[in-house]
Amino acid sequence: MSASDTVIKMERVEKVYRTGELVFHALRGITLDIAAGEFVAIGGPSGSGKSTLMNLIGCLDRPSAGRYLLAGHDVSGLDADARAFARNRLIGFVFQGFNLLARTSALENVELPLAYRGMGSKERRRRATESLTLVGLGDKLDNTPAQLSGGQQQRVAIARALVTDPKVLLADEPTGNLDSRTTEDVLALLQGLHRDHGLTIVMVTHEPEVAQCAGRIIVVRDGLIGSDAPNPAPRRAELHTGSTSPLLAGGG
Amino acid sequence: MGMWWMAFRLALRSLTRNKLRAALTVLGILIGVAAVVAMTALGDGASASIQNQMGALGVNLLWVFPGSNTSSGVRGEVGSRPTLSEDDAEAIARELFTVQAVAPVITASAQVVVGARNYATRVTGSTPDYLRVRAWPIARGAAFTDADLRLAARTCMIGETVRRALFDQADPIGQSIRIGRMPCTVVALLAPKGQGSFGQDYDDTVVMPITAVRARLRRTPGREVDQIMVSVRDQELMTRAQEQLTALLRQRHRVPEGEENDFMVRNLQDLMATLERTRSTLSTLLLAIACIALLVGGIGVMNIMLVSVSERTREIGIRLAIGARSADILAQFLVEAVTLSTIGGVAGLALGVGAGTVLGRAMEWTVRFSPTAALIAFATSGGIGVVFGFFPARRAAQLDPITALRHE
Repeated sequence: MSASDTVIKMERVEKVYRTGELVFHALRGITLDIAAGEFVAIGGPSGSGKSTLMNLIGCLDRPSAGRYLLAGHDVSGLDADARAFARNRLIGFVFQGFNLLARTSALENVELPLAYRGMGSKERRRRATESLTLVGLGDKLDNTPAQLSGGQQQRVAIARALVTDPKVLLADEPTGNLDSRTTEDVLALLQGLHRDHGLTIVMVTHEPEVAQCAGRIIVVRDGLIGSDAPNPAPRRAELHTGSTSPLLAGGG
Repeated sequence: MGMWWMAFRLALRSLTRNKLRAALTVLGILIGVAAVVAMTALGDGASASIQNQMGALGVNLLWVFPGSNTSSGVRGEVGSRPTLSEDDAEAIARELFTVQAVAPVITASAQVVVGARNYATRVTGSTPDYLRVRAWPIARGAAFTDADLRLAARTCMIGETVRRALFDQADPIGQSIRIGRMPCTVVALLAPKGQGSFGQDYDDTVVMPITAVRARLRRTPGREVDQIMVSVRDQELMTRAQEQLTALLRQRHRVPEGEENDFMVRNLQDLMATLERTRSTLSTLLLAIACIALLVGGIGVMNIMLVSVSERTREIGIRLAIGARSADILAQFLVEAVTLSTIGGVAGLALGVGAGTVLGRAMEWTVRFSPTAALIAFATSGGIGVVFGFFPARRAAQLDPITALRHE
C-alpha cells in the first residue's frame, strides 16, 4: 500500500440519535478522505459532533446514512461482531482515560487485542514485548497501571494500539488527562511513530496546542466539517522527561 | 476452545481477586450440594440396611399367624385363638408348588445354663427347614435332623449372642447345656445375623426341634403352633403363593364363604414397603430442603455476577473496543459463574462426604456414597452456574461499547 492510499473514506455520513420524540442530528453529512501516512487532528467545540465522528471512524458505532470505507472495506453496514472484528484488525485505540485493565500487567494489557484474535501466547508475548519496547517501556513489562505514571500508562495504551499493526491509530483526547510535560512526551511519541513508521494517526483534541502537532487539522462544527486544512509546519513536540524509546532517542 | 480457555483463566483471576466474596457467594451452593450428597448417602445406606435386615429375616418370606378371637364384637389379640397347627404347615409344604420351605414355629422363654453361667433367652422350636426359611447359615457344626425331630431329641443350635454369653472362647459344639431343666447337646453354632429393623437381636436365640420344645418347655394342646414361616420359591410368586396359602388354610379350617379368615398372613414385601416409604418420605423432604439451598445459592451467584458486571462495565467497554465479540464477553462471565458454582459444588461434595461419614459414625447409620450422586451434585452445581450466570453474562455481552467505555 503506497502512501497515497486512502485509509478512511467517508461519503455524506450522517448520525441521528432518537430518544422518543427527540431527534438529534449529531452529524449532518461528513465527507472525508484520510490517506495512509497522514497525521490528522480533529478539533471542534464540545457538542460539535467530533466524538460521534470519532466513534464512527473507530467502528464503535454505525452511521445512520452515508458510506464509510475503512481500508477499502465498507464498514457502514456491519453488525456488532463484524465491527468488533474490524476494530481488532484495522484500528488501534488510544483513549483519554488510558482505559487499561486495572491490576493487570502492562504486558498482559498489550497482549489483550491479540488474545481476542486467538493468537498463541508465545507469539502474543513476543509482539507485546516488542510493542512496549518501541514506546520505551521495555523495562516495565510486569508493572500494573497503578505502578505507572499517567504518561507511562498512556504509552502502554499506545503500545496496545500498535501491537495489532493497525491501519489507523485512533486517539481520543490522548493528552486530556496529562500534565503539560507528559503531554509533550506522548505527542513526541506519536510524531515519532508517524514520522519513522509511517503510521496513520487520527487524533481528536480540543486543544489547539495539541492539534498543531498534526500535519492536517480538521475542525468539526454543528455536525459538519467546518474547516479542513493542511498544517505544513507542524509544531514539533519537545521531549521533557528522559525516555528509553528508541523512536525518541533516534528522533533528536 | 481458545475462547473458553481464556474465559476460564479470566474467571480464576477474577475469583482470586475477590476471595471472600467468592467464598460467601458459594456458600449456598456448597450447603445445598453437601446436603444432597449427605442425604443420598444416608438414604441409600438406610435403604441398604433395610434390605439387609429383611434379607436376614429370610428370603421371600410369608408369615402365617393364628387368628384373633372375636367374642361379642371384641377382638382379641393376634393368636388369641389357637388355630394353626403343624398339620397346616405340612399341608402347605405338600400342596403348594410355589412354596420352597415351610417351618412351623413355637417359642418359649427359658434360662440357659452352662456350669456357673446362665442366660435368659428365647427358645425357638421348629423343624430343620427353619434355617432354610430364614436363610440362616450355620457357622459350625450341623443342623439337627428329621430324625432328631421325630425323636424329640435334646439337640440345639445356638445363636452368636447366646454363645458369647455362655462360652466365651470355648468351642460350644458337642457341649452340653441345660435349657430350663432339660439337658441338651449343642450341635451347631448359627452364623451371626445381627440386628433386626426394630432393634431386636436375631442372634439371641436357641433353636431346637419343635417336638423337644413341646415335650419339655411348653406344653401345647395338640400340634398347635405360634406361627408358620413360609419361604416362597421366587419373589414373582409372592402374591400367588399368598393367595394359594390363604385358600388352602380357609379350606382346611372350613371357613365358610364370606367369613373372615381365622388366621393372618403377613408379607415381608409389605413390611419392607412401609419402611421404605417412611425412609423415602424423609429423604424427599431433606432433598427438597437441599434444592431450596441450591436455588438460593444460584440466586446468590446471579446477584454477585450482576454486581460484578456492573462493577466491570468499563472493563467490558475496553475489551469490546479492542476487538472482543459479544460472545467473548458472554463466555467470560458465564464461565466465571460456572467456575464459581462448580467450586461450590466440589467443596460441597467434600463437606457432604465428610458430614455424611461423621453423622453415620455418630448415629451408627449405614452410609453409602454413590458416584452417581456425586456426579449429579457436580453437574447440578455447574448447571446452576449456567442457568443463573446466563442472565448477568448476557447483560454484559449486550453492553454498548461506547456507553460502557464512558461508564465511571
